[in-house]
Amino acid sequence: MDISASLFDGKQVRLGPIDHDKDFEIESRWTHDPSFMRMMEINPMRPLSVFQLKKKYEALEKEIDEQRNLFHFRIRAAADDRLVGFGELKWISWPNGAGYIRLGIGAGDDRRKGYGLEALGLLVRYAFAELNLYRLSASIPEYNTGALALFQKAGFQQEVCRRKALARDGRRWDATLFGLLADEWKA
Amino acid sequence: MLENTLLTGKLVRLAAIDPESAAPTLSKWRKNSEFDRLLDMDPATLFSPKAVREWTEKHLDDFLTHEFHIRAVEDDRLIGFVGLGGEQMKVHGDTFVGIGIGEPDFWGKGYGTEAMNLILQYAFMELNLQRVSLDVFEYNPRAIHSYEKAGFRIEGRQRKTMMREGKRWDVIYMGILREEWLEQYKSNSVSTRPE
Repeated sequence: MDISASLFDGKQVRLGPIDHDKDFEIESRWTHDPSFMRMMEINPMRPLSVFQLKKKYEALEKEIDEQRNLFHFRIRAAADDRLVGFGELKWISWPNGAGYIRLGIGAGDDRRKGYGLEALGLLVRYAFAELNLYRLSASIPEYNTGALALFQKAGFQQEVCRRKALARDGRRWDATLFGLLADEWKA
Repeated sequence: MLENTLLTGKLVRLAAIDPESAAPTLSKWRKNSEFDRLLDMDPATLFSPKAVREWTEKHLDDFLTHEFHIRAVEDDRLIGFVGLGGEQMKVHGDTFVGIGIGEPDFWGKGYGTEAMNLILQYAFMELNLQRVSLDVFEYNPRAIHSYEKAGFRIEGRQRKTMMREGKRWDVIYMGILREEWLEQYKSNSVSTRPE
C-alpha cells in the first residue's frame, strides 16, 4: 500500500460520512429488526424513530468532537452509494495504542455478500495505517455466529472467553474477546 | 434468618463514602505512581483534594452507587475502595469489580482479599447478580493471586494491550460465576459459622 491508495474505497463498499438527510430513515428500519439489533447491541433492543436517531447522532458527533477517541463511518455500496451499514473504531487509548472495533450490515438482503469483510478490512487498515494503533479488540457474543466467523476470517485471534456474561432468550451466553495486532495484520 | 455479616469482615469493613473527609486521603494515594499504574490503564496523573471531592460528589448517585470505602476494622482507618460498575449489571447480571488498596502498608496482608470477598457477597447475595468480572494487568501478580484466592478464574489474556516503560503487557480477564461462588460460600459457612 502507498499514500495514494484510498483509505475509504473498496471494490464493493466504501466508508463515508453521515448523510443527515437520508441515512436515518434507513437506519430507523434496521432498529426495528431483531436480527440486526440483537447482534449489534447487548443493550435491550429498542426501535428508534428518525427523530431519536437525529438526536443520537448529534450526541455522537459531539462526543467525537470532544473526546477524540471515536471514529464513526457509514458503510456504503460502491456501485450506487446506498447505505448498507456502519462501522466504528472506539474507546481508543492513545497512550497504549489500543482500541475497539465494531461494524454491522443493516439489511438482511445485504448480508453474506462480502460487504462486512471488505468494510472490516478498510476499518482495520485505517486503524493501523492511519491512526497508528498497535492493537484492535472486538467483543462478540456466542450467539452472533456471523460475526465470530467474520472476525476469524479477518485474522483476529480469540483471546478471552467471558463465560456466561450475557442473558438472552432465557439462557446465558459467553462473550468472546478477539484481538488483532498490527504485526499480525502486516504479516 | 438473614446473614448479618454483610459488608463487615475480620480485617476490613465496607463503608459509605464521605467525599469531604476522604478527599485528602484519595488525593494522597494518587501521588504514589505505582498505585496509579496498578489501578488504571490511563496515564498516571495527580488530582487535588478539591478535584477529588467535587468528582466524587458529582458521581455518588450514578456510577458510584455500588462503590464503598474500605476501612481497617482495627482503627477504622480509610485504606482503599472497592466498587461494582458497568452497564450490564441490570440486564445481563454481570458487573465489573474495581478495587484499590491505597495504603501500601496494607498490601499483601489479606485486607484486599477480604474486601473482595465482601463485595462478592454483596454482588451475589444482595444484588443477586449472576457473574462478577474484572481485568488486571500482567505486571500485577499480587492482585492476580488475591483474585484467585477470592475464587476468580482466569478467562483469557488480551495480548499486548498496554504500553508502559517501553514494553507491551497483556491485560488478564478473570470471572466468577454465581454457582461457583455459592459453592465456596457454602463450604466456608460449614466451618466458620454456628448452626
